[in-house]
Amino acid sequence: MNNYDVVIIGAGPAGLAASIEASKAGAKVLLIDENNKPGGQLFKQIHKFFGSREHKAGVRGINIGTELLNETKSLGIDVMLNTEVCGLTSDKKIWIVENKEKSREIQAEKIIVATGAFENSVQFDGWELPGVMGAGAAQTMINLNRVLPGQKVLMLGSGNVGVIVSYQLMQAGAEVVGILEAAPSIGGYGVHTAKVARAGVPFYTSHTIKKAYGTDRVEKVEIVELDSNWQEIEGSEKTFEVDTICLAVGLTPMIELVWLAGCEFTYLGGMGGYVPVHDRNMRTTVDGIYVAGDVAGIEEASTAMEEGRLAGISVAYALGCIGEENAKQKIDEIWNKLDSLRCGQFGEKRRTAKDQILEKGEELIK
Amino acid sequence: MISCLKKFGAPSIEELKKSPGFPKQEDYKLGNIAVIECIEQIPCNPCETSCPKNAITVGNPITNLPTIDLDKCVGCGICVAKCPGIAIHLMNLNYSEEKALITFPYEYLPLPENQSVVKLVDRMGKEVCEGRVEKVMSSKSYDLTKLITVSFDKQHYEDVISMKRL
Repeated sequence: MNNYDVVIIGAGPAGLAASIEASKAGAKVLLIDENNKPGGQLFKQIHKFFGSREHKAGVRGINIGTELLNETKSLGIDVMLNTEVCGLTSDKKIWIVENKEKSREIQAEKIIVATGAFENSVQFDGWELPGVMGAGAAQTMINLNRVLPGQKVLMLGSGNVGVIVSYQLMQAGAEVVGILEAAPSIGGYGVHTAKVARAGVPFYTSHTIKKAYGTDRVEKVEIVELDSNWQEIEGSEKTFEVDTICLAVGLTPMIELVWLAGCEFTYLGGMGGYVPVHDRNMRTTVDGIYVAGDVAGIEEASTAMEEGRLAGISVAYALGCIGEENAKQKIDEIWNKLDSLRCGQFGEKRRTAKDQILEKGEELIK
Repeated sequence: MISCLKKFGAPSIEELKKSPGFPKQEDYKLGNIAVIECIEQIPCNPCETSCPKNAITVGNPITNLPTIDLDKCVGCGICVAKCPGIAIHLMNLNYSEEKALITFPYEYLPLPENQSVVKLVDRMGKEVCEGRVEKVMSSKSYDLTKLITVSFDKQHYEDVISMKRL
C-alpha cells in the first residue's frame, strides 16, 4: 500500500489547480485520472475564456490546460493516468485499477474528489441511431481527435455548451442546420449565440426533436414546436436532412465516489442534481474528504479552477503544511474571485444555489 | 416579452442602441472606432485590461457592461482580437465618400484573399452586400484570431457585422 498526504481524483481544471496549491504548500500529492492524458475538458476548449486577468481571461482553455500541466510537472507532482478509481471509503482508502488490469489500494491522509460531470441525454424515437451523440462527445471528436462526426448537424440545447460546440463544429468544417431549445428563451450567453447567429445558424426556441430517421445512421430529423405547457403542437413538424444530432441538455455531477464514502448530499436542480454538501473550505461531511469543480455543482472551468485551489489550500492547512493566517488570507482571496465569477444575471443563480449548499455545510460540518 | 437576443440569438439594433458600449450616431464622425456589442452582464473584462489607451471601462463588479470613451479610442483593434465573446468590431465611416470600412474578428478557415470580394452578413447571418477585403491581419498577440478589414457601401454600416464563411 502506498501512502500519500493528498490523493486527488480527477486531473481536470479543479484537480490540477488543487494539486498545484497542495504541492506548493509542501504536501506529497498524487493525482489520478482515468484518461490517458490529464486536463479533463480543458484541452477541448479551443475558445478564449471569459473572466478577468487573474482568471486567465482571453486565454484559450487549451492553453490554460498546458500552463497548469507544466506547473504540475515543474512541481514534480505524481500523476497516475489510465487509472480508474473504483472505490472510496470514509477512512480514506482508495481502490484503483491501473491500465484495466492491476487492482490495488492506496491510503491517503486527505482526498480531493474532482471527478467532474457527465453529459445528460434525452430519448426520442431513433435516438439510438449512430450519429446521435452528446455535444461533449462531438467536441472531443473534433478538438482532440480531429475527426468530424458529420457534415450536417442539428444541436439540441441552446445553453453555452450547445452554442460553443456549434461554433466549433463550424470551425471544424461542418454545417449546423439549427439549434433547438425546448424553453421559450435561449439559454446561453448572448455573445456566444450572436457568434453562431451571424454565421447563419437559426435558433428554434420552444422546439424539440420528435424523431430521428435512418437505417445505418441518422439521415433525417423531425422537430416539433412545443406550447406553453411543453406539449407538442400538432402540424408544426419540420424535417431536416442531417447526419449528426448533438445533445447539449445539461450535465450531472459525477458523485458516485463521494456517495460511496458516505458524504451527505443535497438536491439542487440548478447545480445539476445531487451535490455533496460542503463548506467554504470545500470539506464534505466526511472528515478528510474534499470536493472541487463540477462534482460540487455544475459551473464553469474558471470556477472549477478556483474551487480546486480552495480545496488544495484547505488540505494543506489541515495537514499543517501552512499556518492558519496564511491559509485564511489565501482562502479569502479566492472567495473574492469566486464571488466576482458568480455575479451578474447568469452568475447570481449559481451563487444562490452555492449559498444553499454552504448553508447546509455550516450546519453539518464541524 | 422575449428579446431578439434571447429569441433569435442576436441583438436587434434597437437592443444594441440601449447598451452603453454601443456608439451614438454622432460618434461615427470620429472615424475608426470600436463598436462594442456586449449587452449581457457576464463576468468578463479583457476589453478593459487590453486597451492601451484606457478607453474602455468595466470596473467593479466585473459583470458591469463595458463603456467606451470614443475620444480616447484610436481604433487599434487590440480589443477586437482580445474579446472572448467576439463581440467587438471597428467601424470607419470616414474611409471614403461612398465606402465604409469594417474590421471584424474571424476564426474560420479558409481565410479570404486580400482584395477578394466577399459577401457581408448581418447579425442573423443574412447577406447584406458585397465588400472588398482590404487587409487580413494576424499577430501572435491575437492568439490565432484574425482581423479582417473590408470596405463596403456606407449605407449598410448598421447591418454589416461579419462575412459569409468561405
